[in-house]
Amino acid sequence: MDLVVAGVRHAIALLLAGDAEVWSILLLSLQVSGAATLLALGLGIPAGAVLALARFPGRTLLVSTVNTGMGLPPVVVGLFVTLLLWRSGPLGEWEILYTPAAIVIAQAVIATPIVTGITLAAVQNVPAPFRLQLLGLGASRRQMVWVVVREARLPMLAAVMAGFGGIISEIGASMMVGGNIKGQTRTLTTAMVLETGKGNFDVAIALSILLLTLVFLVNWLLTVVQQRRPS
Amino acid sequence: MGRVLLALAVILASALPTGAQAPSTTVILSTTTSTQDSGLLDVLVPMFERKSGYSVKTISVGTGQALALAARGEADVTLAHAPSLEKKYVADGKMSNRRLVMYNDFVIIGPADDPAKIKGEKSALAALKKIAAAASRFVSRGDRSGTHNLELALWKQAGVKPAAPWYIESGQGMGATLGIADDRKAYTITDRATLLAFSKRVRLVTMVEGDRPLLNIYSVMEVNPASGPRVNTVGGKAFADFMLAPETQAVIKTFGADKYGQPLFVPIAGKKDEDF
Repeated sequence: MDLVVAGVRHAIALLLAGDAEVWSILLLSLQVSGAATLLALGLGIPAGAVLALARFPGRTLLVSTVNTGMGLPPVVVGLFVTLLLWRSGPLGEWEILYTPAAIVIAQAVIATPIVTGITLAAVQNVPAPFRLQLLGLGASRRQMVWVVVREARLPMLAAVMAGFGGIISEIGASMMVGGNIKGQTRTLTTAMVLETGKGNFDVAIALSILLLTLVFLVNWLLTVVQQRRPS
Repeated sequence: MGRVLLALAVILASALPTGAQAPSTTVILSTTTSTQDSGLLDVLVPMFERKSGYSVKTISVGTGQALALAARGEADVTLAHAPSLEKKYVADGKMSNRRLVMYNDFVIIGPADDPAKIKGEKSALAALKKIAAAASRFVSRGDRSGTHNLELALWKQAGVKPAAPWYIESGQGMGATLGIADDRKAYTITDRATLLAFSKRVRLVTMVEGDRPLLNIYSVMEVNPASGPRVNTVGGKAFADFMLAPETQAVIKTFGADKYGQPLFVPIAGKKDEDF
């Protein structure tokens, strides 16, 4: 118990002291997972909208695939992204393994199905008569999709929260493709594993508190936006 | 909306330090978790970067993986502590110029009540035989790390095939393994640096130390360009040379003394395997 108390104290001390390494780790985690979330939104929202509104053969199979992908194990993604980015791999000439860009790619792969799946559910929840009404009022198909997606934007904030929350606390992929390199690819979670391995439990606890606070702040912000007006 | 997000993502991503420099300025070092966990590389790597102008990417994994990565050309230089495995890779032509850098030592630790009665035993092999004969719990790393390799070699020399239920494989790093051994009141083999780092958390006591087979010898090896595409041979050699330079060896000699009351490693540049 005294260890937890020491950890909390250490966390506060680290933050107040403005420890440069801790801040750079925090900032990197935020940048990497933020960029990956945005990428996932850019890919997942259109994909989810299409899957929700279009009817084509093989759609059910695709939806099942997306739903499976929502639980994609990060370590599996990490392994395959590593193999792709290896010097001897197909994308080896990019030379981005063990860089933040590699972590962004892996985390975007993890978050995209989550965003797609939640968008799909949110858009499907917009009543079908509403869509027909829009078309009836003379909206083009493209305009109809745009309005429907806008209508679903509040439930879709859940997609942002789930995607961001999932990847900023993810460890397997970040460790494998990033390599936990000090000052380059060390994120909150990989630093935590390292400090635990070193026996510095108080630092690890301090980092966990930072991570939880960060995720809470982001979710709080998004929730405020989501709950501001009744949808 | 998607386009705006994509643009934002690109802006955010471009603000990141990409580190995708020309290959000649980056050196990838594959090494074991123990060198990282001890904090030694946090001192030596910045020293090397200042002196040479190279940027080093240190990948700390189990020795088995560190060597496998290097053998595929996914690293330029490797610092490992599994002599028999290292010699095999050199013989296979994957790596070359294996040179000894330093050693620390392993100790056999166990619960204070010492059910296998090995305390004070001079020979590591005799101690392991007693543990097996008494079927006392023993926690193994089980992760093909340098420590695990050494442990397996010792069991083999002792003529014992360790087996469940008394033989427990943790599959984790040294720190986590110490925690499990402590919890289960079991014997285990650990490197001294990790044991010192965990001395406050672990109640197990030192049983056997100082025997020759318990020496943990670290060597540096350069990856052969034929092992894979884009191997930075010049950079790899520069790092290997740096590890053996007198100034570096002087740093290794005193490293850890301030924190643990005793240095963690003994520098041995220029020595050969036969000297031990």
